[in-house]
Amino acid sequence: MMSSNTASSSAAVAGSADSAAPRRNSKKPKYSRFTQQELPACKPILTPRWVISAFLLVSVVFIPIGVVSLFASRDVVEIVDRYDNDCIPDNTTDKVNYIQTPGDKSCNRNITVPKRMKQPIFVYYQLDNFYQNHRRYVKSRSDAQLRDNSSASDTSSCKPEDMYNGKIIVPCGLIAWSLFNDTYSFSRNSSQLNVNKKDISWKSDREHKFGSDVYPLNFQANGTVIGGASLNSSIPLSQQEDLIVWMRTAALPTFRKLYGKIEVDLEPNDVISVTLQNNYNTYSFNGKKKLVLSTTSWLGGKNDFLGIAYLTVGGLCFFLALVFTLVYLVKPRRLGDPSYLSWNRNPGGR
Amino acid sequence: MTRGRIRSKIRRSNLYTFSCLRPQTTDTEGPNTVQGSRVVHCNQPQLHLKKPLKYCSNFISTTKYNVVTFLPKAIFEQFRRVANLYFLLAAVLSLTPISPFTPVSMIAPLAFVVGLSMAKEALEDSRRFVQDMKVNLRKVSVHKGDGVFGYRPWHKIRVGDVLKVEKDQFFPADLLLLSSSYEDGICYVETMNLDGETNLKVKRCLETTLSLDDDESFKDFLGKIRCEDPNPNLYTFVGNLEYDRQVFPLDPTQILLRDSKLRNTAFVYGVVVFTGHDSKVMQNATKSPSKRSTIEKKMDYIIYILFTLLVLISLISSLGFAVKTKYQVPDWWYLQPNKPDGVFDPTNPSLSGFYHLITALILYGYLIPISLYVSIEVVKVLQATFINQDIQMYDEESGNTAQARTSNLNEELGQVDTILSDKTGTLTCNQMDFLKCSIAGTAYGVRSSEVEVAAVQQMAIQEEDVDLSNFPKRRGGRHVSRDNVERASEIELETVITSSNENDLKPTIKGFSFEDSRLMNGNWSKEPNADVHLLFFRILAICHTAIPEYNEATGSFTYEAESPDEGAFLVAAREFGFEFFRRTQSSVFVRERYTNSGEPVEKEYKILNVLDFTSKRKRMSVIVQDQEGQILLLCKGADSIIFDRLSKNGKVYEETTTKHLNEYGEAGLRTLALAYRKLEESQYATWNNEFQKAKTSIGGDREAMLERISDMMERELILVGATAVEDKLQKGVPQCIDKLAQAGLKIWVLTGDKMETAINIGFACSLLRQGMKQICITTTNSDALVKDGKEGAKENILNQITNATQMIKLEKDPHAAFALIIDGKTLGYVLDDNMKHQFLGLAVDCASVICCRVSPKQKAEVTRLVKEGTGKTTLAIGDGANDVGMIQEADIGVGISGVEGMQAVMASDFSIAQFRFLERLLVVHGHWCYKRIAQMVCYFFYKNIAFGLTLFYFEAFAAFSGQSIYDDWYMLLFNVILTSLPVISLGVFEQDVSSEVCLQFPALYQQGPKNLFFDWYRILGWMGNGLYSSLVIFFLNIVIFYDQAFRVGGETADMEAVGTTMFTCIIWAVNCQIALTMSHFTWIQHLLVWGSIVTWYLFLFLYGMMSPLISGNAYQILVEVLGPAPIYWAATLLVTITCNLPYLAHISFQRCFNPMDHHIIQEIKYYKKDIEDRHMWTRERSKARQETKIGFTARVEAKIRQLRGRLQKKHSSNLSAS
Repeated sequence: MMSSNTASSSAAVAGSADSAAPRRNSKKPKYSRFTQQELPACKPILTPRWVISAFLLVSVVFIPIGVVSLFASRDVVEIVDRYDNDCIPDNTTDKVNYIQTPGDKSCNRNITVPKRMKQPIFVYYQLDNFYQNHRRYVKSRSDAQLRDNSSASDTSSCKPEDMYNGKIIVPCGLIAWSLFNDTYSFSRNSSQLNVNKKDISWKSDREHKFGSDVYPLNFQANGTVIGGASLNSSIPLSQQEDLIVWMRTAALPTFRKLYGKIEVDLEPNDVISVTLQNNYNTYSFNGKKKLVLSTTSWLGGKNDFLGIAYLTVGGLCFFLALVFTLVYLVKPRRLGDPSYLSWNRNPGGR
Repeated sequence: MTRGRIRSKIRRSNLYTFSCLRPQTTDTEGPNTVQGSRVVHCNQPQLHLKKPLKYCSNFISTTKYNVVTFLPKAIFEQFRRVANLYFLLAAVLSLTPISPFTPVSMIAPLAFVVGLSMAKEALEDSRRFVQDMKVNLRKVSVHKGDGVFGYRPWHKIRVGDVLKVEKDQFFPADLLLLSSSYEDGICYVETMNLDGETNLKVKRCLETTLSLDDDESFKDFLGKIRCEDPNPNLYTFVGNLEYDRQVFPLDPTQILLRDSKLRNTAFVYGVVVFTGHDSKVMQNATKSPSKRSTIEKKMDYIIYILFTLLVLISLISSLGFAVKTKYQVPDWWYLQPNKPDGVFDPTNPSLSGFYHLITALILYGYLIPISLYVSIEVVKVLQATFINQDIQMYDEESGNTAQARTSNLNEELGQVDTILSDKTGTLTCNQMDFLKCSIAGTAYGVRSSEVEVAAVQQMAIQEEDVDLSNFPKRRGGRHVSRDNVERASEIELETVITSSNENDLKPTIKGFSFEDSRLMNGNWSKEPNADVHLLFFRILAICHTAIPEYNEATGSFTYEAESPDEGAFLVAAREFGFEFFRRTQSSVFVRERYTNSGEPVEKEYKILNVLDFTSKRKRMSVIVQDQEGQILLLCKGADSIIFDRLSKNGKVYEETTTKHLNEYGEAGLRTLALAYRKLEESQYATWNNEFQKAKTSIGGDREAMLERISDMMERELILVGATAVEDKLQKGVPQCIDKLAQAGLKIWVLTGDKMETAINIGFACSLLRQGMKQICITTTNSDALVKDGKEGAKENILNQITNATQMIKLEKDPHAAFALIIDGKTLGYVLDDNMKHQFLGLAVDCASVICCRVSPKQKAEVTRLVKEGTGKTTLAIGDGANDVGMIQEADIGVGISGVEGMQAVMASDFSIAQFRFLERLLVVHGHWCYKRIAQMVCYFFYKNIAFGLTLFYFEAFAAFSGQSIYDDWYMLLFNVILTSLPVISLGVFEQDVSSEVCLQFPALYQQGPKNLFFDWYRILGWMGNGLYSSLVIFFLNIVIFYDQAFRVGGETADMEAVGTTMFTCIIWAVNCQIALTMSHFTWIQHLLVWGSIVTWYLFLFLYGMMSPLISGNAYQILVEVLGPAPIYWAATLLVTITCNLPYLAHISFQRCFNPMDHHIIQEIKYYKKDIEDRHMWTRERSKARQETKIGFTARVEAKIRQLRGRLQKKHSSNLSAS
């Protein structure tokens, strides 16, 4: 990249003096297979057989995986209920104003179970058009503060939600401040369905990232700008699982977050009535809110894409293998056939 | 009595060249007027310790840095590169809130890259330092006071010191010569290191200081020199010496320059005038130009493309950000848009957009791989190590290995189109072997020259071919077995020539390859005309200016001669029984042995005059008086000159000798004719008077007068015979040229020698052959020149060029070959005018080009012409200081090491010990390095595009906010650890075919000059592949992890989980891609490629173990979050395969249906077909070469064609007859 040889005649003299010196044999490079670039090596070459078997192998592996994945996804029962529009009283003209005004905003929804759902049934809330991945948002948190009481004042990264009237906020930052605060309660045939809100977050988060000695402080104390949920300041953060789940920012503007688990099986055609508190403001930015009940398979929730993708790629490989075989049969080439060498292919014009 | 007076008049120095004859009039001239202010107090160095007389010390340093300046200077150097500056800017900005990354992830890689480059710089500089120190610590004998001399290292020498330099030592500084071991105060100096001239130069001291010739006399020596200030002019010196209360003018003949060498003189005394960096040679030191390879230059364009892409997507991104910020973000209450900070302000979207532009430029900086530069640097250094370590480029004789002195041109070696070669020392050894002679019209010497050996080979092939030409013919008129024959002949040719080389290169006596029992062991006395033989040998033994030296070890004499021819003559004379063993001021002593058994007789020949050899005179004579008092003029010179001067009765052998001379010429030998003249004493005395008068005359015509008077004497000569000396080719040169020609390289020879010699060598190297049409472009006779001056000459040359071009165009025979031979004078006209391009056009059409009598400057100009005119890569190879210009000018400069002067090597980019190693350097290392670097660079761009674009896609999903989906640490490690080692292993270890195959199939080399692996098609293909991979990696993952739970436990994926999976896919995809790209897996590649993937998981595991304060959301990510989720592994598999599928399909189809040469050869090797079907293998080997018209294979083919033509004629005539 840069040449830096200053031609110096004096150095030249030194060099010439060297060559005359008796140490001529020491300059001889020592033989080793490494330095002579003769290390044993495997030199795989793509023979047609290899190529065809590789394509076939891929299709043989991929198609079953695709089928299995697709089945797994099909096994999952998922109920999605969008309620953001329906839970606003019909006569409300200013939805934003409605949601920002304190008061009871309970709302009842009925959900019919289409298929048998085995426990555990996971309850999610889904938000659309909510940019949890915005850089300003993602950065506005303090891991140190969340973890340890002694770092409570470490709020410099939490701007603009770091202080309130000169007092530190715990947990600080936009993420915590905008905590989702709709609540759901379920009943089937007027009997309460218990929603287990324990263990909905990652165990490591509870144990290592959110301190058991960190208690909310000055949280949501700023009355003028409405944030999300308030936290019970007598419960340590490590037990505030809704917060822990929320603090895991989502990758896309459409995301689901775990709300709780219903630990009884639901039968087909069961009607579940949901009483929800519609508190969270998604109306300013036209975000949708959905309640999702879903079972899981070993692959997780309902998503056919993985299976379809596997099947497509597997099929494509099978197709390629076929094409390759066909072309090869039509126009075979003996391996190592010297007549394909450039000097044999166009004699004269070499 | 008269004789005695004559002798006393002849000072020793008069025996030497005209040039050293000092006009006797200097004493009358006044002192020089000195411009400079330098004052040197001789023998009082202590006076120079204080200002203003304190001059710089003799410590030299060629290093760029020292301990103190290294850091600032090296850092400055680093950030002069635009790429580094860009990264520095990014790193600085990363300290501000604009940056999307943590500062450490920007600064660490930059520090690594810059640190590595600086470490390399420091290493190179420390090597220079060590070399300097070696020079500085060399010892020289210095006057320490009171007439005592003692050794002291060079760097402690001060201005004013009196030094005693012994034979074969270098002068440590510029000295004023005071006296020498010769009583007339002359000494011989070799200036090869300064100007590349191998002949010795004579220096002589002032008369006044002659008496200072032993240690004692310096006890109270005092003097004062006033002279010019330090300057780089090697051939001037102005100064005065104040000594003995008198002022003496000084001129360059008294100055001994640093780095020249004392030769043929036991010792000299001198006083130091210029030290260290003041010395003329150091003032001359130039920086060699920095060169860049074609690939690197092209890489710049790719960088520009990527930079444009970078700016483009940054603009899109910032525009998107501004729009979002203006129209949507005010509604996003969760961002608290009413509390703006500097970079995020919905009320001022254009400013935010501008800030975001900078953020984006940093964020997408991954498109411009910071690590590319450092990886290439590392790879090239390792490649260079392999070149240096190649045992097959090690020369046992000189003990030198090949050296890649600048590692940044490795890949350029694989793209060479034209080789410009020096002759002496490169193609030839500059060693003359006495091979044949013609005495009294009889030719002696049975050993054949290399040219003759080749001719004999051709004859053998002809016969074979005749036998086989009756065989049935195959399509295209090719003989089935012709290839076989060719092959066989080739093998034979190789073996024969090598064996002859072995015999010739290690003759029992250096400089003597003569073999003829008729002359050896005193048998010559039995030949007819034995008296002529005697005279012949005496001329050899007496007519020279050499000095004998007794070699204790061997018990014989070696000769210090001015030219190697002369040395060869003396060795020959010794072997014939005429041993020259002593030279005094006025005499030459020869031990003559007339028969094998007889005792040698010591004979003294008084040297009366020496008429020196100059290139103008082309002859040299001595006038001697033997013990019987007979005065003889002995003369040797170019045949044409001598034949012109023969007396009537001296032409007895002219006819036969001419015949022999022609034969010798054809055999590629250098010839000289020998003659003598008997002189009467009175005749000599009259002439000598005139000669002496001329010598002491004053004025400009002195030289001309001397020449005229000498010319008067050198007449009426009697021819004795002629000698033929072989200019030895370097080992393996013809074979190497043959192979290089087969690899499609063009070879030009640029030599300072005369045309005849150059043509001889051309024949010897098979650059010329019989049947080749030689186009000689010369300036015709002087009459035309005188008449029309310069313009006429130019017109004449232009005509010659146009005619020749026309001739080549009209030539119908496809096998016709042309050779262009041009001399330096003509070249001078050609180069300085618009004839250049016509000349180049002609030269390109010719199979070989030989430029003779060219000056170093012209060599460089021709090189530039070829380089710029054809636009192709040129390689210049040479050994001497006169080649430095061309070595620095060419795209690649190769120096031949092992000879004494290292100037060429110091200026070169690569040094090899012998010309023949060039084949391996180009065909093996060049080919490999070219492919390695080309593939590596392509892959690098692929990898960074595949990675960098995913960041951009994510932006679109994150409101263009500048958030990256990956953890900072992932991105940091991506280029530094996770993907850099495999690509380095590709760049260092990849071999498409083994070295043997490279050598066996020279045609493979053409993949480089044709640039098959780094053309835009391929580069854009790789970029497209990167684009495809980025799309697959991003979108498959996004859809797979869309919104649903990704685990059986119902958890949904957060940004960290998606990012980590995506990153895993990238690591797998790019590493599998490189595995597909490689065709050569040693354990190292396996380790690095698969190890990188393992390292990624290992890193993820360890990173997850670290405190959440460091790892953030990646805490326990592998163990707890992703590891147990099958979808993570399923996604990895799917994405990896999908990414590599198109490339796999592409290379499979290409390989199967449109294979390249190396593919076929790989297959042949893989199935061991080369062993099963040897016939096919050898046939293909012989065909695997470029159509060429030079080299001995071409020569053989031409001969075969010629023969077949003759045979067909015969057949047809036979048919018609019957």
